[in-house]
Amino acid sequence: MTDERKMPDEKTMQDKTSINNAYAKMQSRKIAVIVVTVILLILAMIFAAASGSVYIPPSDIIAVLLNSVFPGITDSAVNENTAMILFNLRMPRILLAALAGVCLALAGAVMQALLRNPLVSPFTLGLSSAASFGAAFMIVLGPLVLGALYKSTVYLFGYTLSMNSVLMILSAFVFGWMSVSIIYMLAHSRGTSQSIIILSGVVIGYIFQAGLLAMQYISSDESLRDIVIWLMGGMWGASWQAVIILFPIALICFLLMEMRAWDLNTLSAGDDVAKNLGIDVAKFRIQGLLIVSFGASACLAFTGVIGFVGLMAPHICRMVIGNDNRYLIPCAALAGALILVVSDTLARIVLAPVELPVGIIMYLIGGVFFIYLIVKGRGAGLE
Amino acid sequence: MKIDVMNLVHNYGRYRVLKDISFSVDSGEVVSLLGPNGCGKSTTIKIISSLFKPVSGKINIDGKDISEIDPTDRAKLIGYVPQYFTYSNFTTVLETVLIGRTPYMSWSVTEEDLAVVDYALRCMNIQDLAERQINELSGGQRQRVFIARAIAQKPVFYLFDEPTSSLDLRHQIDTLATMREIIHRDNSGMIVALHDLNLALRYTDKVILISDGEVYDAGKPADVLTPKAIFDVYGVKAEIIENDKGRFVLAYE
Repeated sequence: MTDERKMPDEKTMQDKTSINNAYAKMQSRKIAVIVVTVILLILAMIFAAASGSVYIPPSDIIAVLLNSVFPGITDSAVNENTAMILFNLRMPRILLAALAGVCLALAGAVMQALLRNPLVSPFTLGLSSAASFGAAFMIVLGPLVLGALYKSTVYLFGYTLSMNSVLMILSAFVFGWMSVSIIYMLAHSRGTSQSIIILSGVVIGYIFQAGLLAMQYISSDESLRDIVIWLMGGMWGASWQAVIILFPIALICFLLMEMRAWDLNTLSAGDDVAKNLGIDVAKFRIQGLLIVSFGASACLAFTGVIGFVGLMAPHICRMVIGNDNRYLIPCAALAGALILVVSDTLARIVLAPVELPVGIIMYLIGGVFFIYLIVKGRGAGLE
Repeated sequence: MKIDVMNLVHNYGRYRVLKDISFSVDSGEVVSLLGPNGCGKSTTIKIISSLFKPVSGKINIDGKDISEIDPTDRAKLIGYVPQYFTYSNFTTVLETVLIGRTPYMSWSVTEEDLAVVDYALRCMNIQDLAERQINELSGGQRQRVFIARAIAQKPVFYLFDEPTSSLDLRHQIDTLATMREIIHRDNSGMIVALHDLNLALRYTDKVILISDGEVYDAGKPADVLTPKAIFDVYGVKAEIIENDKGRFVLAYE
């Protein structure tokens, strides 16, 4: 019987078009999803720029933007005040939300692929706890240790900034990134299997959580309030400086991972097969974690704790676009930006003039949307 | 080309799993590694695939130490197919098999990559599944997808760690027959760990019988697989039957 089997012959392959078509069809569908996400993100940004205590019509937004890029090309019918609100208040805030969404979703998508685990995110790997501890540490101990220096101001990028917020941001970033470096050192001496990395991350998270609790316990009422606000997370700290710092970080982290997106795909075949296919798994895993957690810590330092996007944006995208990281990474980054911009805008306007913490809106909308995808049957591959 | 396995010794903790393993495999040969569970078959296959380093001993390919070959070049020489498979959901069969092209590409998929994948899918007779999601397939279909991935890698030597163990009878025979045809036609080579002595008798050119971390005997299947050898290595009484369909091992106690 086996002799009757027809073996395909490489040289005389007849029907190559069918596989080319199948591949082209898959890719164009993915590109379409990304294009739609980009359009949604642009619409969301215009909506966000328009809404608030002062409504700015989209036509004015476009006029102001055009005018700033090509001065004098349109006669600016928009008054100074509108331009000021747009430039100094809304745009930095929208861009900060978008950049935070990009970095956190990128971190989640890459961590999930590197560790082949759907539950990892900047949260589960202890990064958020460590960054929170860093912020609380500076809020509580900064004034005691640094004294008058803590209350002083610094001059950066042509702006006068208060020393305490600069120190808090730095401290949150350093501790956030440090948590992943500690995981690296643990894993380096004990092998880089996923379970060791994930467990180390969870345990390091708890250790920093203990430090955070201690800080809250010993803090004064005033600093406790600052800590709680930080833990809620939000775009309150938006400024052009934050955007200027975060933009290149987000861009570089994204490009570094996008360049190695195929290797992330290869990792899905398991460590052994990936090694056999020529990937230095241990090195790649650590480098990738350090890169994306750099971006995530930098964002968390400005925004405070923002959960959900890091975990869910990649999952939502995976259900729609599939698991090819070459497309999943940009899609997740864009979707992360979209989710945060929309949530932050709703948080600003739902109970205006009172501003809600962005988490309340985001966890609700995101959670309901995720359940919708599962009910619709797109979650079939989640088990 | 030729793989020389020279005096492999390996430990797991304090347990010495490989005591002294040496053999060689030429291209054009299908070689089976036989022996009871825990005798060191998998360990040997993993060391040849450079998944880890042995305590002592080395592997040469055409006289060159394998640990000195660049990993991407090595991936074009040796294709490893594990016993248990890992995969991600939300991935199509086509995308899964494309992963085998990793040594030949960095980001973009070329027409040639797709042509090789198409060939690999046809070899495993799963071209109709190309656009299906990997998690929707049956266990047997999925296993053939992973073997197709190794074919898409186009290695000179295939190393199979009991990959047919969860296939049904029909697919076990089909897979081994197809692989043997590929090996003989392309003058590549294959080392496959097997449990079924009858498959080894019928589909492999050479067997290496391993007992307790050492090579018990190596050679043509009919010469090596004698009732005495089977009893010594597996502790099982067996009879060799020969009829017009070939030789068969009947183990009975």
